[in-house]
Amino acid sequence: MAKLNLLLLAVLVACALGLVTSQHKARKLFSELEREHNRARELDVEYGRLQLEASTWGLHSRVEKIATGALGMRPADARRVRIVGRDAGR
Amino acid sequence: MSVATQGLVRLPVWRARIVLAALAAAFGVLTLRSLYLQAMKTDFLQEKGDARYSRVLEVPATRGRILDRNGEALAVSTPVKSVWAIPADVELSRTQRKKLATLLTLEPAELDRKLADASRDFVYLKRQVSPDTAQAVAALGVKGIYQHPEYRRYYPGGEVTAHVIGFIGVDGGGQEGVELAHEATLAGKAGSRRVIKDRLGGIVEDVEAIRAAQDGTDLRLSIDSKLQSLAYAALKGAVEAHRARAGGVVALDVRTGEILALVNVPSYNPNNRARLTGAQIRNRVITDLFEPGSTLKPFTIALAIETGKVTPATQIETAPGSLTLANYSIRDVHPAAALSVGQVLQKSSNVGAAKLALMLPREAMWDLFKRVGFGTQPSLGFPGAAAGRLRPFRSWHPIEQATMAYGHGISVSLVQLARAYTVFARDGELVPLSLVKTGAVASGDKVLSTEAARAVRAMLELAVQPGGTGPRARIMGWRVAGKTGTAHKQENGSYAADKYLASFVGFAPASAPRLVVAVMIDEPSAGRHYGGTVAAPVFAQVMQGALRQLGVPHDAPLEPVELPGEGDEAKENT
Repeated sequence: MAKLNLLLLAVLVACALGLVTSQHKARKLFSELEREHNRARELDVEYGRLQLEASTWGLHSRVEKIATGALGMRPADARRVRIVGRDAGR
Repeated sequence: MSVATQGLVRLPVWRARIVLAALAAAFGVLTLRSLYLQAMKTDFLQEKGDARYSRVLEVPATRGRILDRNGEALAVSTPVKSVWAIPADVELSRTQRKKLATLLTLEPAELDRKLADASRDFVYLKRQVSPDTAQAVAALGVKGIYQHPEYRRYYPGGEVTAHVIGFIGVDGGGQEGVELAHEATLAGKAGSRRVIKDRLGGIVEDVEAIRAAQDGTDLRLSIDSKLQSLAYAALKGAVEAHRARAGGVVALDVRTGEILALVNVPSYNPNNRARLTGAQIRNRVITDLFEPGSTLKPFTIALAIETGKVTPATQIETAPGSLTLANYSIRDVHPAAALSVGQVLQKSSNVGAAKLALMLPREAMWDLFKRVGFGTQPSLGFPGAAAGRLRPFRSWHPIEQATMAYGHGISVSLVQLARAYTVFARDGELVPLSLVKTGAVASGDKVLSTEAARAVRAMLELAVQPGGTGPRARIMGWRVAGKTGTAHKQENGSYAADKYLASFVGFAPASAPRLVVAVMIDEPSAGRHYGGTVAAPVFAQVMQGALRQLGVPHDAPLEPVELPGEGDEAKENT
């Protein structure tokens, strides 16, 4: 009887220690998950900001101003346009 | 020692009993107490316990982005900080005060004023500052100054897309435009969750999600931001050149019914809305009604052809260039003895259109106007979309029926007018409009016979040829069809002699229409006021750019279009 009790005690202690460790691990993993969630949110915010930036730099009026001003481009003149048929290259 | 053993006295039994009873009583008290705590006060205690470590966190929902049809951002929310203070707690040194004021771009005096009232315990110093500024403010380490996170919405399109997108208020709800119309899907729902925090404030365990946060959904509009800026630049140029009060342009895809561009002048910058006036905010294209003038003539003519009263070649007597009905006379700018039905449209003859209208039963005319969408709110889901005024036909007098033929006595919005023209572009089908990208060919309602629609389309093509009222609408490489309008504006119940509303509605390529573009310019006052000289060039600019942008095959030779000299083209007064 006493032997059995001792054995059960040992099992109990082992279980208790196991519970503590797994709880600890769970919390560690959870905080890691939380960090990654935050990172995902930050990246999303960053994505939004970059999208905004892309839109601002790519503003049609800005592109046109640079094209006509700095690059000296202009719409093609009628006399210089050639229409290539759909199957001309074949 | 034996003495001690002998000294053992047998104690009376009652003493042991007393001790036992006392212990039992104490135990009983404990049991009762624990029962009381466990059963009666458990909620309160549980709550107190939770309060030590469990926290409910708000999980804010991010507002959805608004994108154009190609995925370019038109409205994006990014997190910012709001800086607030408890005035009584703030202690500022001189240098700190100066630094803080510069960081927040406030006048030092204004900062002092905000911090002066010590009785208040919450004062916003500045809302929505950028994260960098917020960090710099935090680095000053001033006591009594705090920050809390907020979202700010940016509109990279600025004034070009202002009227379509609208804007949101400082508290995050849509107030105008698409932001308001699609509030429910864009906003999302904020959630909350219960967590366990450790002593340092780190989250150690997620207990439960009370409500999962739902981020707002992104919205993809039908707007093409390139066409939008093209239309805006063209319209703005024309409104300035003709010193007009306002103007609007709308471009529709004939196949899908999508609105590709919708612009208004004057506009505003939605990113900086200080000093906004109602006139700037109004989306005239959708909410403003006007008497369309001659742009309505094609509908009367289409009806006359459909009912078989006339053919495009039928001669209508228009001499002597005026028609008097009940003390009111209808006049033509170019009096002619007789015009064919096609020429009535080409020269924009009021007398001809009036005579055609008088051949038709008023009910049929009313019915056609109703069927092409006049007098009915367009189902755009846009706030404040106007229905227009189409009076019941029972109250029409002959003179009213006649004037309605050339677009007076009826009011429409520009978007309604553009939509109505899809009838001619789609062989008699009226297409439903959409501000959201659909990408699919829309099925229209058949409201006019194919033959009548085609006949009018051919006439509309003539109207932009030399000799018509709108030759300036022609573009190189594509055949164009359309109609000018020059309406007198109503003021205090009568028509003002010198205030006009110039318009042009048309589509291209005429052989297989892809786009409808409608232009309206309000009170041009730099000398010229005809739809053909004021609105048609804007149409040409927008249409040419749009067709090139969309890669629509040419249906006309690539030869420069010869524009008429000053005064060469036919004019009109409606």
